Amino acid sequence: MTIAIGANGQSGVLLRRVEALSGQRLAQCYQCGTCAAGCPFAGAMDVLPDRLIRHLLFDVPGVLEREALWVCVGCELCAQRCPRGIDVPRVMEALRLIALRARGDQLPVAQIPAAALQDLPPIALVASLRRQTG
Amino acid sequence: MQLAYYPGCTIKVSAREHEQAALAILRELGVALREMPEWNCCGVVHTLTGENHIRHMAPLRVLARLRQQGEREAVTLCDMCFNTLARANHLARTQPEQVAALNATSGGGLDYDGAGEVLHLLHFLRDRVGLAAIRKRVRRPLRDLAVYPYYGCKLLRPAGIGLDDPETPALLRDLMEALGATVVEGSLQTQCCGAYLAVDRATLVTQRVGATVEQARDAGAGAMVLSCPLCHFNFATHQPRIGAPLPVLYYTQAIGLAFGLDPAELGLDDRQVEALGMAAPSFHSVGVRRSGTDG
Repeated sequence: MTIAIGANGQSGVLLRRVEALSGQRLAQCYQCGTCAAGCPFAGAMDVLPDRLIRHLLFDVPGVLEREALWVCVGCELCAQRCPRGIDVPRVMEALRLIALRARGDQLPVAQIPAAALQDLPPIALVASLRRQTG
Repeated sequence: MQLAYYPGCTIKVSAREHEQAALAILRELGVALREMPEWNCCGVVHTLTGENHIRHMAPLRVLARLRQQGEREAVTLCDMCFNTLARANHLARTQPEQVAALNATSGGGLDYDGAGEVLHLLHFLRDRVGLAAIRKRVRRPLRDLAVYPYYGCKLLRPAGIGLDDPETPALLRDLMEALGATVVEGSLQTQCCGAYLAVDRATLVTQRVGATVEQARDAGAGAMVLSCPLCHFNFATHQPRIGAPLPVLYYTQAIGLAFGLDPAELGLDDRQVEALGMAAPSFHSVGVRRSGTDG
């Protein structure tokens, strides 16, 4: 299989949009993997945060379809530890926002069982809706 | 003394025992909470992009109401409310033009001058009441209890908003030691419990909760002490079903037990107190028998 990639700056439409929304400069990333090493949900991500940044820099297709965007809850451990000062949760939030605007809501609210709606704390429901709906 | 109080939604729905315990221990310390006569949801998570201003409206409205009610500061019990409100406050102070723009679109309901202050109850207990005063009020030290303090995310991060060192916090440890408890610690104390993934990716919550409980048990913990109502929900309902679950207490309940208050007043039933393995005659004074001790 061949994947066409563009060197940083050649195309980079998504990269520029993410940088504008997140306020982060992704070329700062030197791929140390500290974000992925500390992430409590790395095991459930289909692409790790450092690699996701690389994909954005090289215009690798499919970034917006990644499950990792929705697995990240913004716990901010990676932002705390990044030696390059990149706020990865802001990058994730920018990607979620772009994906939500392109594809619509990601949380099938109608499918949440009534019993769960009764039991879940309001902060869980509101936070989930805020991160997964437009 | 009196203190304005912002409860938030969850405290009034699934974390009532935290509020109950907070009111009881503050009464013992001579502090009365005065709930804001009108308040709304804080919005729960701080918006991280620079293009979603409307999501700053909920927390800014809480802060504007606080000032309209003539208050300068309010205390909150919920970690997520605290984090969201404190970050909105930071935004109001550093980018007042954003607040002005939002206010212009909302008919003046968000007229906020940035002069409010949001305190977490732990701030208040550590910095205003002081651990020495808390230690002095202890009637029944938690000597028999080994606790694992769990901080999670929103109490500590981001640095500058959080209450303590984000990597090596000491706040809950110091508080529990002031109550006479033995503290055991581990690397997962500051890792996320899965938060709102409980809504649609609950297996991830079970994995995080399971790993953290295992670490706590391996360190010898007989209970976990935490602050956040969402962490509490996750640890109380998503522990893997292997043997008896590790008891999960709010720090307010731990303080109340050490103060010698009636567990019922702290939202704890007999079964929960018994699970702590520290039951004493004073907790079971009337009509309750404990097998193997007095029966």
